[in-house]
Amino acid sequence: MRKETEQVFERKFDKVNYILDKHERKVSNLIAILQEIQAEYRYLPEEVLTYVATALGIPRATVYGVATFYTQFSMKPKGKYVIKVCDGTACHVRHSEKLSDLIREKLDLNDAKDTTDDLLFTFETVSCIGACGLAPVVTINDDDVYGQMTPEALSIVLDQLLSEESSEEGTEAAETDGDCSANNGQAYRTKDGEGCKGC
Amino acid sequence: MLKSRKDLDRIREQAEKGMGRQRMRAMVCAGTGCLANGSLKVYERLRELVAEKGLLVDIAMTEDACGEGQEAGGGIGVEKSGCHGFCQMGPLIRIEPQGILYVSVKPEDAEEIVEETLIKGKPVTRLFYQDPFKGTQVETEESIPFYKHQHRVVLANCGRINPEDIREAIAMGGYAAIARVLDEMTPEQVIELINESGLRGRGGAGFPTGRKWQFAKAAKSDKKYVICNGDEGDPGAFMDRSVMEGDPHKVIEGLMIAGYAIGADEGFIYVRAEYPVAVTRLKKAIAEAREYGLLGRNILGSGFSFDITVKEGAGAFVCGEETALISSIEGGRGMPNPRPPYPAEKGLFGKPTVINNVETLSNLPTIILNGASWFKSRGTETSPGTKTFALAGQVVNTGLVEVPMGFPLRDLVFEVGGGTRIGRRFKAVQIGGPSGGCLAEGQLDVALDYESLHKVGAMVGSGGIVVMDEDTCMVEVARFFMQFTQNESCGKCVPCREGTKQMLALLTKITNGEGTEEDLALLEEVALAVQDGALCGLGKTAPNPVLTTLKYFRSEYEAHILEKRCPAGVCQALRVYSIDPEKCRGCTLCMKVCPVGAISGERRKPHSIDATKCIKCGACVEKCRFGAINH
Repeated sequence: MRKETEQVFERKFDKVNYILDKHERKVSNLIAILQEIQAEYRYLPEEVLTYVATALGIPRATVYGVATFYTQFSMKPKGKYVIKVCDGTACHVRHSEKLSDLIREKLDLNDAKDTTDDLLFTFETVSCIGACGLAPVVTINDDDVYGQMTPEALSIVLDQLLSEESSEEGTEAAETDGDCSANNGQAYRTKDGEGCKGC
Repeated sequence: MLKSRKDLDRIREQAEKGMGRQRMRAMVCAGTGCLANGSLKVYERLRELVAEKGLLVDIAMTEDACGEGQEAGGGIGVEKSGCHGFCQMGPLIRIEPQGILYVSVKPEDAEEIVEETLIKGKPVTRLFYQDPFKGTQVETEESIPFYKHQHRVVLANCGRINPEDIREAIAMGGYAAIARVLDEMTPEQVIELINESGLRGRGGAGFPTGRKWQFAKAAKSDKKYVICNGDEGDPGAFMDRSVMEGDPHKVIEGLMIAGYAIGADEGFIYVRAEYPVAVTRLKKAIAEAREYGLLGRNILGSGFSFDITVKEGAGAFVCGEETALISSIEGGRGMPNPRPPYPAEKGLFGKPTVINNVETLSNLPTIILNGASWFKSRGTETSPGTKTFALAGQVVNTGLVEVPMGFPLRDLVFEVGGGTRIGRRFKAVQIGGPSGGCLAEGQLDVALDYESLHKVGAMVGSGGIVVMDEDTCMVEVARFFMQFTQNESCGKCVPCREGTKQMLALLTKITNGEGTEEDLALLEEVALAVQDGALCGLGKTAPNPVLTTLKYFRSEYEAHILEKRCPAGVCQALRVYSIDPEKCRGCTLCMKVCPVGAISGERRKPHSIDATKCIKCGACVEKCRFGAINH
């Protein structure tokens, strides 16, 4: 078991090393390094932050300080789908709050809990994505932008994702050989959907 | 690889010729707004159909003389463009050279557009913009009220060129200004020209650009930097995003001019993380410029070397403040530092640095090419030139606009924006985001320039204008902004960190119906203290929404406190729901939707709400088709 975990870390650090080298191990590139690490792991695992600090020769507190300062960074695993409701002024006056309420209710999330237990969905509000002409706006994984949203339309989008996932789950389970359970499985899955990297 | 100004002129001629081979061009908007509305599918379908007919001509393909077997001037171009500005009507397609604008285009419309317009030259009238008040159809972009009053200088190329092709930018005069600067002008002459033009920073405070440069120019150092501030964090503002997405080469050229003027050989463009399209387009534009030798060593044989790096933010509003932005580029926490020393003396990596906003930089090439007096011919004496604004909120036409400085706010809201939606009364307009203020009907005649707005307690800020109608509660709006600044306060200085928290607590108390008159006085006192005591611009301006709403909408605060009533019916805790027996038809819909069973009544007879059970969720209001529920 112990050996397995060590292996996991080694592999994780391979990728981290690649990212560090790409940014010439420069302290001024720390934010970009953390962004790429987060894109890989969907969050910033604590041991990776320690590794980055050692590699750059700076105190752990500095790395931790940067990671906790910016809202983009998360120290907790994020879901496969990150749903962002824009709560900029324009969206706010066009009642974006109702969209947030709907998501919280439908996915059983609240202020203290922003990610579903199955790590499928993370709900966030964002202060403005600059699509104010289409207020209110919702984005899913940043790429899919939904403008002039209503709770009804959002509900349909969520239902669609949920049904896609439940049908995918069946095929995924059949393909994997069950080893994934050893290391939180999903948390290590890469963004591009290559599948579980943890085991 | 361009080695001289002549080389650039030659490429321009070629690109112009290339564009000339396109008898017609369909510019499909690919700004964030239209992409969200599915413009990419329309673009792909149009290209597919035109290609099937063998008529598609790309500028890229036409560089080597004529396209294959393509008779001169017979081809059709289908290009992606930057933001056209009229986001809400998207996806938008502009047909050139006629200037026809098609709105809300769907992929199914592509066939008709190709057959009728692109091939036969006939307009498809059903895709025209329809004036919501007159009901008439409007053919061209220029005759739509939304565009009629605009003067597009910074936005001139947005929506007219493909931002992902440097040749189109060059064909429209891109890089001609930097070529002239490098060939004919000394850095001192550039600074003098910008000083003479009176250009002021478009990022908010309006500091004269030329003077900022002078300080950095005078600083002695082996290395200097220029930074483009693209961290447009104000909620409700998206002008810089549109320029970076729609005309990235103009931003690059502006930054080069600034670099040359102060003697910097390295530039950074800091873009906020929430703008992925802008980041991609800027990176692509920089790569193309390098390929053409417009960035790198010895640009156009002038001996001037310059290169640009794009830095992505990671979501922190305070990074729009220049000293915080510098910390962020250095890889640290984006916290501001006290000034002096100003960045012009000691900035990025301790070297003299000039930071200019995206729009400021985008003004530079046109000033260089057209001269200072041309620039001064628009706008007011103290605020010359044009200004872009992002118009959003409860207004008929939302989108991106550019008008001369000093343009009356009333005209912007009611002429360009078309006013509030039918049946809704105008209440307020919020200018300048969380640092700006809320103005009421009485201040609508203010002119949009730095001084006039400052006088009424607002500021140009980044230029976000959000219109609010009677459905908006001004106390709740003040609370909303305070929530925002409190979240974004970096925590370094006490007045901002604690002050915003206390103001938020007071505002929340008032919106919950628990406020007292003493709270109102305390709120004002804290607001003034934070304004005086905070370290950076974020804190100093954070109280503006509170102070302006207190000044212009005091009666709303008083209604919340004295009458325990929210005049707009927004504040949940103060709502009382009841059913109007005159309007209720007894359809039972509200009864079914009520989650706590607070509504009772017989079918076809007026229902009633038990106030002791009601949780004020508002579900019944949304369900009722007769507007019978008062709240």
